Amino acid sequence: MTGWERFLDTFFNAKVMAKYWPDILHGMWVTIELAMLVVVTGIASGLALALLRAAGIRPLNWLMIFVVDALRALPPLVIIVLIYFGLPSAGLTPSGFVSTWAALALVLMAFSEEIFWAGITAVPRGQWEAARSTGLSYAQALFHVVLPQALRLTIPPLTSRTIAITKGTALGSVVAVSEILGQASSAVSNSYNPSPLILGAAAYLVLFIPVVVAGRWVETRFAWKK
Amino acid sequence: MLDTFFNVEIMKAAWPILLAGLGNTLLLSVTVVPLGLLGGLMLALLARLHSPWVRWPLMAWVDFFRAFPPLVLLILLYAGLPFIGIELGGFGCVAIAFFLNTGAYYGEILRAGIDSVPTGQTEAARSTGLSASQTMAWVVLPQAVRNVLPDLMSNTLEVVKLTALGSVVAMPELLFQARQAQSLTYNPTPIVVAALVYFALLWPLVRLLSRLENRALRAG
Repeated sequence: MTGWERFLDTFFNAKVMAKYWPDILHGMWVTIELAMLVVVTGIASGLALALLRAAGIRPLNWLMIFVVDALRALPPLVIIVLIYFGLPSAGLTPSGFVSTWAALALVLMAFSEEIFWAGITAVPRGQWEAARSTGLSYAQALFHVVLPQALRLTIPPLTSRTIAITKGTALGSVVAVSEILGQASSAVSNSYNPSPLILGAAAYLVLFIPVVVAGRWVETRFAWKK
Repeated sequence: MLDTFFNVEIMKAAWPILLAGLGNTLLLSVTVVPLGLLGGLMLALLARLHSPWVRWPLMAWVDFFRAFPPLVLLILLYAGLPFIGIELGGFGCVAIAFFLNTGAYYGEILRAGIDSVPTGQTEAARSTGLSASQTMAWVVLPQAVRNVLPDLMSNTLEVVKLTALGSVVAMPELLFQARQAQSLTYNPTPIVVAALVYFALLWPLVRLLSRLENRALRAG
């Protein structure tokens, strides 16, 4: 066997790949499910927090800033480990899936709250005043005048942040979630061949390259006017 | 509750272990941040060659690493390479993975920074007799870095947080040490303390960034 053939046999072993691709495919569904849950709950709760912050209740805002700061300062993997290995001592036993989802959703919530809040404060005061003076209520001014302008500003930073956090679903493999990386790693130790990892890597590219390319387009389409 | 999550006895016992982990986290950070910056600078300078033969592969390279989870890259190196007889160890794998992954992010930021410096700066510098590389090093780059400083800092924060991935490949950094201490004591206190240490270490940077970002959006 030449070196090249040995290389192919090691990393692109057709037999091993044929055996394990259903596992990887299953892992892809778990990754998609986890990613969708994280994106929807993370961004929705981030927006809700930003709106709550706009209400301007001082002590509540301080608490919110502190929590958001903490979630931005901690590595996501530390939060996952904290939930998965820590909560059982308090009588709660979240699964790896739930721990990963909760941790990543919290992180996305913190980052998106910051971004939404920055977007809301970037809308000039005059917009508020003009909206209120035409007889709109506070809520009407917020939802019909300020928020539409704010959201437009937030799209580029929110897109890149969301992609970065969604990739964190791979961290679930550390707490035994059977997503792509988890499936690939166990297939490697079962087959004693690294081909499943290559399959797993390809699966990530299939999932995320379109998202990254779409993200690039969105970022230029909604780029901030400098 | 306090006894479970803030057990003082266990804190005392675990502290030296965690401190060693903190030392390794800092050591890892001061290694991988310059590595990532170096990778990024190389990419940003390559992007200056406005040839399509360079630009398209470069864009593909950056998008590739944006799409690829860093943990997957790390595992691929750590678990894959030994099969062809290359044993890099945890540290070597982390260094390469960070050079590639965070280099792509730093590269995008630095490229945007370099683009933000008016061409007149380059022209003026060249006309005073500076060479192309002198112009880049002394005129363009300092202004470029200043213009994208918040983004550079934000990425650096992410890189330092990413060093926690080292725990997966048995690097004895803060998270790894905390998990060791936790499994020895059957108590989550060491992980709680490790989280507090991360928080204490990175909170000032988060605060500063939050201020800078808010200011940038208002000015934008």
